[in-house]
Amino acid sequence: MPSLGADMTEGTVTRWLVKPGERVARGDIVVEVETDKADMEVEIFHTGIISRLLVNEGERVPVGTPLALVEAEAGATPVMAPPTRPVAEVARVAEITPPPVPTKMEAPSRATPTARLVARELAIDLASIRGTGVDGCVTRADVEHAARQRAPAPAAAPPPRRRLLVSPRAQRLAREHAIDLSLLAGTGPAGSITGADIKKAIRELPPTPAPVAEAVPMPAPARAKGPQRGPIAALMARSNREIPHYFLGVDIDMKRALDWLATQNSSRPVAERMLYSALLLKASALAVHDVPEVNGYWTEDEFRPSAEVNLGVAISLRPGGLVAPAILDAATKPVDVVMRELRDLVQRARAGRLRASEMSSGTITVTNLGEQGVDYVYGVIYPPQVALVGFGRITERPWASGGMVGARPIISASLAGDHRASDGHRGGRFLAAIERLLQEPEHL
Amino acid sequence: MTVSDTPAASAVEEHEVHLLRQMLRIRRFEEKCIELYSASRIRGFLHLYIGEEAVAVGVMEALEPGDAVVATYREHGHALARGISARALMAEMFGKQSGCSRGRGGSMHIFDAATRFYGGNAIVGGGLPIAVGLALADRMQGRERVTACFFGEGAVAEGEFHESMNLAALWKLPVLFCCENNLYAMGTALARSESETNVAVKAASYDVPAWTVDGMDVRAVEDAARRAVAGVRGGGGPYFLELRTYRFRAHSMYDPELYRQKQEVEEWKKRDPIAALVDRLQSGGYLAAGQLEQMETAIAAEIDDAIAFAEAAPLEPVEDLTRFVYSEGSR
Amino acid sequence: MTAPAAARTISYREAMREAIREALQRDPRVFLMGEDVGLYGGCFAVSKGLLDEFGPERIRDTPLSESAFVGAGIGAAMNGMRPIVEIMTVNFSLLALDQILNNAATLLHMSGGQFNVPLVIRMATGGGRQLAAQHSHSLEGWYAHIPGIKVLTPGTIADARGMLWTALEDPDPVLIFENALLYNMEGELAPDAGAVEIARAAVLREGSDVTLISYGGSIPKTLQAATELKGKGVDARVLDLRTLRPLDTESVLASVRETHRAVIVDEGWRSGSISAEIMARIMEGALYDLDAPVARVCTEEVPLPYARHLEDAALPQVPRIVAAVLTVVGAGG
Repeated sequence: MPSLGADMTEGTVTRWLVKPGERVARGDIVVEVETDKADMEVEIFHTGIISRLLVNEGERVPVGTPLALVEAEAGATPVMAPPTRPVAEVARVAEITPPPVPTKMEAPSRATPTARLVARELAIDLASIRGTGVDGCVTRADVEHAARQRAPAPAAAPPPRRRLLVSPRAQRLAREHAIDLSLLAGTGPAGSITGADIKKAIRELPPTPAPVAEAVPMPAPARAKGPQRGPIAALMARSNREIPHYFLGVDIDMKRALDWLATQNSSRPVAERMLYSALLLKASALAVHDVPEVNGYWTEDEFRPSAEVNLGVAISLRPGGLVAPAILDAATKPVDVVMRELRDLVQRARAGRLRASEMSSGTITVTNLGEQGVDYVYGVIYPPQVALVGFGRITERPWASGGMVGARPIISASLAGDHRASDGHRGGRFLAAIERLLQEPEHL
Repeated sequence: MTVSDTPAASAVEEHEVHLLRQMLRIRRFEEKCIELYSASRIRGFLHLYIGEEAVAVGVMEALEPGDAVVATYREHGHALARGISARALMAEMFGKQSGCSRGRGGSMHIFDAATRFYGGNAIVGGGLPIAVGLALADRMQGRERVTACFFGEGAVAEGEFHESMNLAALWKLPVLFCCENNLYAMGTALARSESETNVAVKAASYDVPAWTVDGMDVRAVEDAARRAVAGVRGGGGPYFLELRTYRFRAHSMYDPELYRQKQEVEEWKKRDPIAALVDRLQSGGYLAAGQLEQMETAIAAEIDDAIAFAEAAPLEPVEDLTRFVYSEGSR
Repeated sequence: MTAPAAARTISYREAMREAIREALQRDPRVFLMGEDVGLYGGCFAVSKGLLDEFGPERIRDTPLSESAFVGAGIGAAMNGMRPIVEIMTVNFSLLALDQILNNAATLLHMSGGQFNVPLVIRMATGGGRQLAAQHSHSLEGWYAHIPGIKVLTPGTIADARGMLWTALEDPDPVLIFENALLYNMEGELAPDAGAVEIARAAVLREGSDVTLISYGGSIPKTLQAATELKGKGVDARVLDLRTLRPLDTESVLASVRETHRAVIVDEGWRSGSISAEIMARIMEGALYDLDAPVARVCTEEVPLPYARHLEDAALPQVPRIVAAVLTVVGAGG
């Protein structure tokens, strides 16, 4: 069955003009075919003897179906035609036969398009309706009549809850800052909550005393990446997109700090012993006094310093994901208290019992990846904060001091700073302050 | 007459054998296209020139390599006669990268910069203004080149025909207008669409020299084209040829030909330009024994080669889909 | 060292004429062709005096046959010339639409990259002159639908002066739409004003509360609206698209990300308009930066009427722009 156009998928043989045994020449009309579009005469591209007709009159076959077999005629000389092709060539055509196109399914009941639409809207089964249209076709009027006859629908759908109008940008900001939208009054068009409303809330709203699991809009449950990845992903992506980061690093000799810690711990019960992490946190919090530009928020295109140092602590969660709850006002708390709060935060973070206020109140964050065997940390800032302090592990390294070389416990401290709020000069002073403070652990 | 006339006469007949070969190439190429189309290897619309070969072959003989050609969507014959290779043409029909339009044009949009072949225009009448512009540029740049513009008699009903005739005549531009009058605009006979069926008269009304030519006689076509081209190249402004011809095949593949009688087709086939020329050359003894068969064999080999080339040719990568929307290197 | 020349005041019409004159002087391949561009001096007097200066070969009056002379421009462009085809108004360009859409826009692609069409078509566009439905169309957004052509809409004196040469240097067809109401507009032009880039939108006025996006003939109205809004405490930025195809989506999105609100001012009809396209791109690229639904001020969906009060009511006007902005900033109730 020849293809007479891209829109022809099949054809019906209506009349054979040749019989088996008859001689045909290339170009002869041999069969008449009916398609959806027209009745067509079909010519043959081979010269020879018809050996067999493969499709009967009245049969409908897909395009590409062989219709007849032609045997090459021995000794036949083509006049104005190229050499005769062997029968195998005919069969080859079958190889490129497109898959048969399924015939149209007859609809179970005939109905006008509008009737179908209305039936779907009114949840009426078309098959249950007797059509009054042409040839029994179901019309829109039939459907509407059936709807009136039908018993009232079981229960009307409850009226939709009034939807909170929140601009797309406000939705994003609320998600990033764990803001409970239901507490806000919108100032946008039609009372919608706008981005400015969220920014205002971030500055003014008291921390929401709800568990974090409710305050942070969670992605759909059972996500493979763990429950915290959605919000953190958005936050980190935004950080990378918006914050011009700069990075600084310094190696710090921890000998004195560790010695002091060992002395302190030797006189304490096991439960009250301190980890060196507490010294790092306290030193970081105190160093802010020297360089306040690293502590606060970048909002509305300007830096807003924070009076308190709310030290965010990056805590990795067991199922994966990351939180950074804050030790509030860490600069004024003794190292003991910092240690106690750090333990508490870690325990509650891993138990999923953090408070939203702890989640969103950090003004600078410290991440200590020493436990993970990391030497150097190049952090990503938590917006809207402007700095992140990173610590690697303590390793013994050759260390030269005063013309002498010795093995010392060394830690690498780094600063990821927001270049809009501070610069390398100020950031360097901040790291220098941490180093200085760690050399005088007794004053921490 | 002296005996010395014989060599000259044989040069003429040699040229006619060349014309025959060109017409036969087109005929055989298109016959193969029908087969490939039926087997779904070629898609889109396929408009065949079979029966009209003398027109393209005769006119192209009169053109120089630097001249330009604007053709219609029934342009395989023009393309082959103009010198576009059967390979590039067949690969284009197969939608391949090696096709003359990189598979973006298909049967109806054959383009070739090397032979100054400006399409392949599938809007009836759409090529005429472009031919006028090509000629305008030649005129403004002082080049003695001719633009040959082919269109069917159906185009005569379009406004663009009249606008272009007028503009070319008004500005005396070097265009050779070639109206291929095959009597049917798709399925509409000339007499059913035109109040004045004498097409040449319409052109003449724009003060354009217009001649009607037997388009089934390749020698008559070539003679007329040579005289017209000489006039155009000489600065005489546009010329118009009405080439009376007939297509033996349907308008396109999916056409049951309800609009004309089989008997009419058979009558015209008696005037087949190829058969007529073969007959003349054979009866005059100008075709040596076996020469036609050799010619057929060589043409069959050329076409088989073109198909093999097209089959093997690469497809344009889909990543390059949006190339050539704008010129490369420009934004 | 000479003292820098002062900026001078010049009309949009004169700026356009200077651009054509410069092109004719710089490149012998350039010629101007269209209805009444020669003896008459151009329907809008843009080409006045050029026939005397450059002669009838390069300033060619054509018959009233848009399809033929636009097609001739295409052919000439493909054969070594750099034609500037003037179609008197966009309304008549419909008679040449076959040539613009089926030929100019497709030939490069259809020929597999063999034939480019370095053609410039200029036409007047827009309503507001009481010429009623057949002479008041704004179809530049409609043309911007077509891949293969570029669509420029100079809305400032500098662009009227500078876009033509850049368009002529482009290897592909460029359509320049000159809003007829702008021809008499006067403004400052720098002494060194010349060719301008055509790839980027331009901020004509800074502002932080909302981005007003517009082009062509609506630019002066939009700037006027921004001035009025300032008095109402709204700081509106005005972004001139300048080129409708290819659309500078990046500049639109960047501005919306900063102002979080947008209003589009478009003299086209709203259904299927360029304003609809811009809204769609904002949805695709900046939805989460929006604080309000994007609004637009378009021409009412009527064939433009003759009577002044009816036509004024149909076209975008300053009060409608102001009202739309007040709504999206939440100040309009």
